[in-house]
Amino acid sequence: MLEHYLSIFISSIFIENLALSVFLGMCTFLAISKKIEAAIGLGIAVIVVLAITVPLNNIIYNFLLRDGALTWLGFPDVSLEFVGLISYIGVIAACVQILEMFLDKYVPKLYTALGIFLPLITVNCAILGASLFMVEKNLDFGESVVYGLGGGVGWALAIVLLAGIREKLKYSDIPDGLEGLGITFITVGLMTFGFMSFGGIIL
Amino acid sequence: MSKFKEILLTPIFKDNPIALQILGICSALAVTSKLYPTLIMCVALTITVSLSNFFISLIRNIIPTNIRIIVQMTIISSLVILVDQFLKAYDYETSKTLSVFVGLIITNCIVMGRAEAFAMQNTPGVSFLDGLGNGLGYSLILIVVGAIRELLGSGQLLGIDILITTQNGGWYVGNNFFLLAPSSFLIIGLFIWALRSWKTEQVEEKEFLMSKNAPKEVETHHA
Repeated sequence: MLEHYLSIFISSIFIENLALSVFLGMCTFLAISKKIEAAIGLGIAVIVVLAITVPLNNIIYNFLLRDGALTWLGFPDVSLEFVGLISYIGVIAACVQILEMFLDKYVPKLYTALGIFLPLITVNCAILGASLFMVEKNLDFGESVVYGLGGGVGWALAIVLLAGIREKLKYSDIPDGLEGLGITFITVGLMTFGFMSFGGIIL
Repeated sequence: MSKFKEILLTPIFKDNPIALQILGICSALAVTSKLYPTLIMCVALTITVSLSNFFISLIRNIIPTNIRIIVQMTIISSLVILVDQFLKAYDYETSKTLSVFVGLIITNCIVMGRAEAFAMQNTPGVSFLDGLGNGLGYSLILIVVGAIRELLGSGQLLGIDILITTQNGGWYVGNNFFLLAPSSFLIIGLFIWALRSWKTEQVEEKEFLMSKNAPKEVETHHA
C-alpha cells in the first residue's frame, strides 16, 4: 500500500510534472520566475493549496457529482458531472480565500511572505488542472491527497529551477528581440526536454 | 468606426496576449500538436472570452467590488460548461483529445485578465470587440504553432497530406521533434523573436548592459 502511494508521489513530481510535462500554470510560471525568493514563496503556496483542494474536490466528486453518487440521498439515477467545473473552481476560490484569512490571523509571517501570490493562485491553471486530472484518473481519497501534494512539490521544484536559470541568464548577452520572454520560452523548452527523460518510466 | 477597428486589431499584433502580455500560455502548448484540435480550441476560447467580456460588462455597475472575482468566475465557468457540453455532444473525439484543456479555459488568464482589465470599465459592445480581438490574437499564435507542428511533424495539414512521408512511400521524413510538446516552446520563442524584430518597441530592456569591447571572460569552471 505504501509503495503504491510512493509511486503516485514520485510520478506526480517527475514523470507527470504539472509544469514541465503537462504545461499547467505556465502564466505564473513564466511571469514570477525572475527571482528565486519569489519563486520559492509561490511554490510553497501552490503546494499548500494543491494539498488541500485536490482531496476536497475528490470528496465533492465522489459524494455529490459522479454518476450514482447521490444514492445515499435517495437519487441513484442523478449525475451532476456537468456542474463539475463550476464546483471545483468554487471550492478553489473559497479555499484560497479562507486560507488567506487564516494565515492573516494566525501565521502573519507566512501571510506577508506569500503576499500577492495567494490570491493569484485561484487563477493558476495548475490548481484546477490537478483537480481535473484527479477526476480523469479516478483516484480515491488517499491517492488524491498524495497526488495533490506530489503535484504541488513538482510544480514548486520546476519554478525554482527556472528561477535559478533566469538569475544566471540576466548577465548573458542575448539578441535584442529574444531578451526577456523569448529566451525564457526557449529555456523552458529545453527544461521540458530534460524532464521528458523521466517519461515512460513505470513505477 | 476607427476606434472599434483599433480595439479589435490592437490585441492581434501590437499587444498580443501570448507574445506580449504572457497570458493564456498553458493551452497554447498542450493542444497544438495537430491543427484541427488547435482550431477548435481557438474557436472555444474566442467565444468564451468575447461572451464573458460582454456579460461581465453588462453587470459591471452592480457587481460589489470585493466579490467581483467570484462573480466573474461564475460567469466564465458557466460559459465554459456550455462550450464543453456542446463539444461533447457534437465532436466527442476532439473533446477527448483536448481532455482537460477545455475546462482549463476557465483559468485561462486571457479571459480573467480581459474581464478585469477591460470589461469592468467599458460598455458591453466595446468589451465584446475587445474579447474578440484578444481571442483572435491568441488564435493567431496557436494556429501558426499548430500548423508548423503538424506540417513538419507529420507532413499533413488538417489531416491532408502535404509533404508525403516516407511511411507512405513519399520523400519527406517526418520530424518527430515537432510532435513533442517542448517544440511549441521553441516555436513560440522564435515567433516572439520575429514579432519583436518587426515591432521593435516591444523589445524588453536589458537588466545589465555588456560593456563595449570587454574582453571575453574565460570560464575555467562551471558553477
